[in-house]
Amino acid sequence: MQLLRHEGVRVIFPKNQGCCGQPAFNSGYREQALPVARALSKCFPKELPIIVPSASCAGMIKHHWQELFAGQEDEQYVLDIASRTYELTEYLVNELRIKLTDLGEPIEIAVHSSCSAQREMKVDQHIKSLISQLDNVNIIEHQRKTECCGFGGTFMVKQADISGAMVKDKTDCLRETGATTVISQDCGCLMNIGGAFEKQMASGEKSMNTQHIAEFLWQRCYKE
Amino acid sequence: MNQTEAFYQRIEKALQNDQVRQNIRSAMNGLMQKRAEQFNDPEELSELREKARSIRHYSLAKQAELLEKLEQKLIENGIQVHWAETAQQANNIISTILKDAGAKTIVKGKSMVSEEIGLNDYLEQQQIEVLESDLGEFIIQLAKEPPSHIVAPAIHKNRQQIAKLFHHFFPELSYSEDVNELTLMARKILREKFEKADAGVSGVNFAVAETGTLCLVENEGNGRLSTTSPDLHIAITGIEKVVEKLSDIPGLLNMLTKSATGQTITTYFNMISRPRQPDEKDGPRAVHLVLLDNGRSRIRFDNDLLETLRCIRCGSCMNHCPVYVHVGGHAYGTTYPGPIGTVLEPQLAGINNIGALTSACSLCGACAEVCPVKIPLPKLINQLRAEAVNEHFSDKPVLGKGSLRKTPEVIAWSIWQKIYSNPFLYKTFSWFATSLNFLTPSKLGKWSKYRTVPKPAKKSLNQLAQENGFDYE
Repeated sequence: MQLLRHEGVRVIFPKNQGCCGQPAFNSGYREQALPVARALSKCFPKELPIIVPSASCAGMIKHHWQELFAGQEDEQYVLDIASRTYELTEYLVNELRIKLTDLGEPIEIAVHSSCSAQREMKVDQHIKSLISQLDNVNIIEHQRKTECCGFGGTFMVKQADISGAMVKDKTDCLRETGATTVISQDCGCLMNIGGAFEKQMASGEKSMNTQHIAEFLWQRCYKE
Repeated sequence: MNQTEAFYQRIEKALQNDQVRQNIRSAMNGLMQKRAEQFNDPEELSELREKARSIRHYSLAKQAELLEKLEQKLIENGIQVHWAETAQQANNIISTILKDAGAKTIVKGKSMVSEEIGLNDYLEQQQIEVLESDLGEFIIQLAKEPPSHIVAPAIHKNRQQIAKLFHHFFPELSYSEDVNELTLMARKILREKFEKADAGVSGVNFAVAETGTLCLVENEGNGRLSTTSPDLHIAITGIEKVVEKLSDIPGLLNMLTKSATGQTITTYFNMISRPRQPDEKDGPRAVHLVLLDNGRSRIRFDNDLLETLRCIRCGSCMNHCPVYVHVGGHAYGTTYPGPIGTVLEPQLAGINNIGALTSACSLCGACAEVCPVKIPLPKLINQLRAEAVNEHFSDKPVLGKGSLRKTPEVIAWSIWQKIYSNPFLYKTFSWFATSLNFLTPSKLGKWSKYRTVPKPAKKSLNQLAQENGFDYE
């Protein structure tokens, strides 16, 4: 929000916002997901762009709400919301055409693109194009970079052991890069990957910082 | 033990087997890379997928008509046609044909439909000897295991394991871990069987209605031998495999081989159109086709679910599935594993029997991205999850609807719904969660087995937005 405001955007934080309904939707409990999604939908009545700082939530609003609201009275309204919904990096690059100046020290990072960013929202190229504007930041590609980190919302709870095996692979691949920091545009993946690094530290493995792209850009380009 | 517990047990067992996981991971890496090399132009790929999707879609839309045409053409060509509504019927039909012909030994080309109906076990109970002639199938038949992958059934084994297996069963042959030598051994053993077999059984990749042609894709020549060397050939396939015309084949075959193994075309492509003619010197004297429904008509009845039936069995969804890569095919406990199995099996056998499979998916979408016929696998998996916990979710003809609904889950989601759909409750909840964040438990079941439990921030986003002077309305 600070980053957008700094770029001259008037940011409104709808005070009644909650959750997009994805956890219940992806668990089969659509009856419960619908009122939650509807409560959020009511927060965006104005004809304004809606910026979502996590590709997975953006994907839910943009692509799955229409399935969830199918046949409901507010189906059309929800389609309108979908057309106004942007993932943060998508908005920064395509709409704002942001110009960044890197004020930070040289750093090597790995970028984890979430499944939603790659395959649902198709916005994974934007995080790279933002970072490519930063002179002192070097992205090191990791192996199996398109593979899921194992988060998957309630999947992580229901199939904890498979999820654990997946995040183990992901952290191993990220660690191999030798980079110090992992950047992502998705909060769920960051919670999963960051938590796994922290847990593995206890058994003596090297950890990496995990940071959301917004925070990373804010710290490197705006903070004195 | 209920199906969910049984599934967890299979998963646990699979995750503990590092050797198998390593074998599968390395094999899948190879298959993914080979596929990617075949499709290096994204625009062309997108056109090819759309074309293949539309051929399959059209075939399903006109399926009844095409099946009638297929039957008529096959009969004209001298191929006998049998319809089986269930697996049991299909087994009966095949064993009757074999008994009538006095067949005691059969060789089989690879066929997943024969796995689906449990043909080998059934025939063996009737004292008919069955020999799998596909190398992978031959290996797992020796090991008494089911296929772990629909294209590469023994992919979970490495060559050292195969060498040991061969040595155990054929001690007269010298031990070798060399892939070529192992293949030659199998070839030698199988050749003798081909000569003596009374009948051959095969699957079908595409059945062409226009000409009454059965297309069979394979790499080892075992399919051709199984279908031409014995006097009797019985083919079995699902009714959804019918396509309208011969000109539909290139668009599908091309996508099948490239998606499956990264091959431009397989070593063998058989087009079977009739039994041996009086002036011909080889080929079977009788050819039968068994067309199996086994729940497919029920799936086809629904416009969303019928997308499942577009599948051409290339296996690329499993090759790209991060869950399959970790647990392998056996953990699914079904004929068809991976994403397509997760969608197909609960529809065939009922959610009440195998719906638990749908939980083993992070909805990452890697499968749908590579599917050559554009089946929206994650969407279908999520839809089945909804059917599984809500009997009244839709009027779709799904078996075992609502059978996975659990009261504690319903209560938990209902509480979640109350909090998250009410701004006041939500703010109160997040105030507690943030203000009392020191109370966050450090252990939270299996969550904390692999990662630490996230601590809520000290202040909620609501508080921060107000403190930092953002418009709050």
